[in-house]
Amino acid sequence: MTERTLHPPVPRRTAFWHRFGTHRGAVAGMVIFALIILAVLVGPWVWPLDPAQIDIAAKTQGPSSAHPLGTDQLGRDLLAGLLAGGRVSLLVGLVAMGLAVGLGTLVGVTAGLLRRWDAPLMRLTDLFLSLPLLPLLMVAIMLWRDSLRAQFGPETGIFILIVGAIGLTSWMQTARIVRGEVLSLREREFVIAATALGTRPFAMIRRHILPNVLGPILVSATLGVGHAILTESALSFLGLGFPSDVPSWGRMLFDGTHYMTLTPARVVWPGLAISLTVLSVNYIGDGLRDALDPRWTRPVRR
Amino acid sequence: MTGNQGGMRCLTGGIVLSMLPALACAEQGASGHLNILYWQAPTILNPYLSSGPKDIEPASLVLEPLARYDETGTLTPWLAADIPTLENGGISEGLTSITWTLRPGLTWSDGTNVTAQDVVFTAKYCMTPDGGCQQATKFSDVTSVEALDDLTVRLTFAAPKPFPYGPLVGVETPILQKAQFEGCIGANAQSCTAQNTAPIGTGPFRVTEFRAGDVVTFEANPQYRDPDKPGFATVTIKGGGDAIGAARTVLETGEMDYAWNLQVDPAILDKMAAGGTGQIIRSFGTPVERLMINRTDPSPSLGDLRSTRDGGAHPFLTDPAVLGALSIAIDRSVVAELGYGAAGKPTCDILPAPAIYASSANDACLTQDLDRARQMLEDAGWVDSDGDGVREKDGGRLSVLFQTSTNPVRQDTQALLKSWWAEIGIETELRQIDPSVFFGGDPGSPDTFQKFYADIQMFTNFFPGTDPEAYLNNWTCKSIPTPANNWLGFNIPRYCDPEYDALAAQLAQTADLKDRAALARRMNDMLMQAGALIPLVHRGDVSAISNTLQGVKMNSWDSELWNIADWTRADEPR
Repeated sequence: MTERTLHPPVPRRTAFWHRFGTHRGAVAGMVIFALIILAVLVGPWVWPLDPAQIDIAAKTQGPSSAHPLGTDQLGRDLLAGLLAGGRVSLLVGLVAMGLAVGLGTLVGVTAGLLRRWDAPLMRLTDLFLSLPLLPLLMVAIMLWRDSLRAQFGPETGIFILIVGAIGLTSWMQTARIVRGEVLSLREREFVIAATALGTRPFAMIRRHILPNVLGPILVSATLGVGHAILTESALSFLGLGFPSDVPSWGRMLFDGTHYMTLTPARVVWPGLAISLTVLSVNYIGDGLRDALDPRWTRPVRR
Repeated sequence: MTGNQGGMRCLTGGIVLSMLPALACAEQGASGHLNILYWQAPTILNPYLSSGPKDIEPASLVLEPLARYDETGTLTPWLAADIPTLENGGISEGLTSITWTLRPGLTWSDGTNVTAQDVVFTAKYCMTPDGGCQQATKFSDVTSVEALDDLTVRLTFAAPKPFPYGPLVGVETPILQKAQFEGCIGANAQSCTAQNTAPIGTGPFRVTEFRAGDVVTFEANPQYRDPDKPGFATVTIKGGGDAIGAARTVLETGEMDYAWNLQVDPAILDKMAAGGTGQIIRSFGTPVERLMINRTDPSPSLGDLRSTRDGGAHPFLTDPAVLGALSIAIDRSVVAELGYGAAGKPTCDILPAPAIYASSANDACLTQDLDRARQMLEDAGWVDSDGDGVREKDGGRLSVLFQTSTNPVRQDTQALLKSWWAEIGIETELRQIDPSVFFGGDPGSPDTFQKFYADIQMFTNFFPGTDPEAYLNNWTCKSIPTPANNWLGFNIPRYCDPEYDALAAQLAQTADLKDRAALARRMNDMLMQAGALIPLVHRGDVSAISNTLQGVKMNSWDSELWNIADWTRADEPR
């Protein structure tokens, strides 16, 4: 087994957490990300204002006790919007990322392991890479918006569409990286040894290939979350994403840019939320890569 | 390009005019280059095939009508020598014909002479069936157009035409060159791309480059009838971006000299105007921000029949109670104040100006009354039986899809309306569409305002000039956009009432201004009472100009660029 070391065996899970814990950035990222998720999930109960509640009398206000982050041009509470928007943005980011990474890994591993599939799959990847993303998304949304809307209702329909569109158009980087790693792994001694021992293909992938390519996958996954959140914002801005009354961080940021000179808070908070999320997810990815690296050489104890 | 070019000016002027007799410097083209920003990018320069001011106004730099309206709404001869009237014999006694005389010595920008044949051709161009002429309503009742001699044209109408200044007058129906458009008549109209994007005209400028949806470059027309004009040698009309960005380029960064149609939150606009490089100009014409109610069923399951009269009536948007409740639930003064500030007044009429045409019969809707709206729905049998906050009746739910173009002010208005409608038990789903798609008129796109694949949509429309006849003709049955006419026509609500059509016919035969006004008010009231349109705000036009630009006269009755020949660059910022 590849994890065999000179040290007395440590239970795998403990070792993982121990390694993860030594990465300070990852721990900080984990804490911040957990806080953001908690805020977004529990927040609406703690701060029960409706993000869509219009109060003209209180428009474009700065922070106050009634509105801790201020209000927008229609008097809607910014904090409530931020909490509600976070749910949408995080959900889109995570689901789209999951889709992209899953697809990318599948294509990458298949291409790397099965010679016959390598060329066609990589040409397919090139094809997707060369497609202009935004026009493609526009066409897809125009074509399927109405049927999905009829099938799943306006909000779920557009959610499926956006997540699907983002996921299906951002798996290529992952696929390429994974394929490269798999190709180099395939020639390594332990894989050859495992083959010689008669390990079946699925077991090979699960036990030997995937743990070794987990690092690059996680890195592209973390980058993917940020990418998905930003693509969703761009789509919303073009009028192809969520409707204007479904708040998401990207949309709030775009709406806020117009009012930047009047109420800077409207750009600062959603921007901060997006940055913090992307950064913390990146650090978590960094820590995970270190912790999961089978070739990890830093001594556990000394 | 707001910088003063000082000594370069004579040189620039000289190069442009090298083919012309010697002129004193600082004449045509002396002001150098002008940058105009139309954030809804022009996609065609043929007003006969376009539905929006974004195309029609840039085209007005090149193409000119026989007469147009000045900034006070007064009819002014343009290519014609004078305005035909009963007194000068230009209009026949029976009001059935009008005779226009062209200014002598007019030339096209290619150097050929403008003749009466061009005028005759232009009328024929728009009146030929299958041509998809967007301005066809202006030519309704025209039976013949004939050239009496090289400079004289007579238009004959089927019936007495008390206001005969519809066809070939104003920004929407300029004169085309026969030689250029001869092969583009009828079904060929749409495919003549070269002609439609670079028409030869008589105006102060000619097209040098046209990139659809992006940029149009013009240069001064060396054949222009006034050798001292236009003041600018070259003009760029840039498209794209949004209203706020456009305002910023003029008011804050000074990159652009003129930005059109600034539908921007007034609080932002005022703040930008304090920047000092430009100023806001406003004028009130006839534009009304209105809701269009789809009276036909837009359900996707109908396939090609969706949003057509063949597909059937809308399940609930023809119910007067629902339409009345939708209207009275709106607090128009809040919408006007928030979205338009000094440039918006609440209105309940689709025809708010000029004053003699303004009806007061519908003013009840100026006051928001949510209780009454609820009561109206209640009385009509719309009740919330399952407790989800949305009313139902006979299995139908009061849930509407409300679309408009992407624009911060419109999105705010959408949010406001949605919240009020939610209070009376009507669910609203919002959708916003990129303006260049929404107003683009592309028959292949499902998202154009003419296809109207939604229940309610919102935008502004207006009429040029002061006579509302052509505007009111927009809601006759034959103006309904359908697949058969390539989705052209302005009867967006698909309103069709023989009684209204009869009034339109009557208006076409009424001479006395008072009677005309009474008829127009009645037609306005009919539309309002049917609830085909729900007017919100009487909008002023808002544009921004650079402090260094002189001679701009903001015009709500014609193209905003109507007097661009007179624009110049001030030596010192004003």
